[in-house]
Amino acid sequence: MAKYIFKRTLQSLLSVFIVVFVVFLLLRLMPTDGYFTRDDYQNMSEAERQMYLVEIGAVGNPIKLFGEFMGKLFRGDLGESYVLQPHRAIADILAEKIPYSLAFGTVSMVLSLILGLLMGMAMAKGKGKWPDALGTGYVVIVRAVPSLIYLFLLQIAITGLFHIPMMFSERNPVTWILPTVSLSLSSIAWYAIWLRRFMVDEENRDYVKFARSKGMTDWKLMKRHVLRNALVPLAQYFPLQMLLTISGSLVIESLYSIPGMGGLLVEAIQEMDNSLVQVLVILYSALGVLGVFLGDILMVLLDPRIRLTDKKEG
Amino acid sequence: MNVCKPNLKAALSESLFERIPFDPEKSELTGYSNYSYWQSTFRTFFKKRSSVLLLTIMCAFVLMSLLYPMICEMIPGWETSYRNPNFAETGSATWNLAPCAEHLFGTDNIGRDMWSRTWYGTRTSLLLGFVIAFFDVTLGTIAGALWGYVRRIDRFMTELYNIVTNIPQTVYLVLFTYILRPSFWTIVLAMCLTGWLSIARFVRNRVVAIRENEYNIASQCLGTPLFRILIKNIVPYIVSIIIMEVALTIPYSIGSEVFLSYINLGLPLDVVSLGNLVSVGKNSFEVYPFQLIYPTIILSFVTVSFYIVGNRFADASDPRNHI
Repeated sequence: MAKYIFKRTLQSLLSVFIVVFVVFLLLRLMPTDGYFTRDDYQNMSEAERQMYLVEIGAVGNPIKLFGEFMGKLFRGDLGESYVLQPHRAIADILAEKIPYSLAFGTVSMVLSLILGLLMGMAMAKGKGKWPDALGTGYVVIVRAVPSLIYLFLLQIAITGLFHIPMMFSERNPVTWILPTVSLSLSSIAWYAIWLRRFMVDEENRDYVKFARSKGMTDWKLMKRHVLRNALVPLAQYFPLQMLLTISGSLVIESLYSIPGMGGLLVEAIQEMDNSLVQVLVILYSALGVLGVFLGDILMVLLDPRIRLTDKKEG
Repeated sequence: MNVCKPNLKAALSESLFERIPFDPEKSELTGYSNYSYWQSTFRTFFKKRSSVLLLTIMCAFVLMSLLYPMICEMIPGWETSYRNPNFAETGSATWNLAPCAEHLFGTDNIGRDMWSRTWYGTRTSLLLGFVIAFFDVTLGTIAGALWGYVRRIDRFMTELYNIVTNIPQTVYLVLFTYILRPSFWTIVLAMCLTGWLSIARFVRNRVVAIRENEYNIASQCLGTPLFRILIKNIVPYIVSIIIMEVALTIPYSIGSEVFLSYINLGLPLDVVSLGNLVSVGKNSFEVYPFQLIYPTIILSFVTVSFYIVGNRFADASDPRNHI
């Protein structure tokens, strides 16, 4: 196990490294005119423009620049933003924005786990009856209709109905509820549909039929056998989703104007704030790799039949 | 011990049976079952009334969005175009009209008919969905089947998958629309770049599960070429996955286009698409809610019917659900 973890860590580091390098090169492909506003471009001389481009690291040998960037990163210096919030340390910006996304994300994940798993269980138990039909209807709407539309209509409808402010406000806890619920809607559907499927699969297994024929009560059978086995494939994704809550949700944060991480990456790319884009990509891909890794380990802990070292050969 | 009574024995005499002459055609029939994969798939699918109803709705929408732009007199933007002979008359009087007999869905903020814009938009979005689904699924299935079946490339593909999926999809979409100009094909390219890999991964997992079956080993021993094994032995098993992926990719692509328009990275504003209609309608929702509501209803009907029909058809195409 220890050997496996060591090997896997090295692999993960390598893939994060490649991801960042690719994005680093892609950013250098952008036309350099985009780094200037129209006024700046006209007011600066050719030499000044070149100086600015060199200063923000937009031109020059990409390999050398990449080395410098990684060196700084290892010393714990994330660099500073150039365009979005000029000359502000990126670490500062992140420290200001992450708590919002993390708080909303964590609460909504707990909420969607509870509701989603309950819904999945209800759907599997009432297979072919009204709970199943109702749940399927919900899942279809959430997954087929573009989220922007139903989230926006929900926001308008609920805030109008209960006369609560539309926008998020830190001092008014009533405004915290709706974004959290909206954030959970799609993951509730996701948990419910997969749990239902895995539970239905498990229920047809021989050991379940055997336990039932021995006279085990339905509830005990669910709790002790079916649910436990059905949760294993889902549990693999928990750590990843937990970690990625940091990245926030673009649609929800912009609908309720929450100052979180959601729009930061898109904004940074649009404004061509390269240093910020690089840090965000490193952050997200490192969290992604770590999440998958932790998910695999969690699965081994939950299900003793799964072995990581053997899996690689298969 | 013979318990048969003599009279019964006499009754069972040869005269009761008739000898049938050897018929080579009929002797073939014993090993023949009239099971046809596609016939059974369609029969299973059409057995449910609701599936037929949804399929009809879906076809009606697709036909409407294809045919309407051909037969309608109003080209989007025509009302405000200088080439329109009535251009001088069309002024603010036709702006933001509520739905009426002449404009079923009302008009937008410069007097363009929302009904025709909605159908033009549906056509653009459906076309986008179909093109993306086609490239994604074709590439994904071929790559996935190879990935699952050929062991040597497994390691490489897994690493590629890890790297590509670790970059948030927004990064690709935003980078591509910035490096290239925002256009139909830019969105297709950016969506397909990551889309095919996740389908390939899904297909790969199924292929790995059936790779070791005896009939594959038999084919290998007989020297069947790789591509024939893939097409004849492997692909029929994953038809239901392929169909489901097509059906899910179309609503997903339409949704992504709406999302991209919302963050100003969608199709250029002069192209009528559902995403552009929704983001314009959203801004004027407070005053003219119909400008968002009607295109949204059409959009939702299209995506939901595709989603359900796709799922039902995928279920029907799974041989385990055939009778």
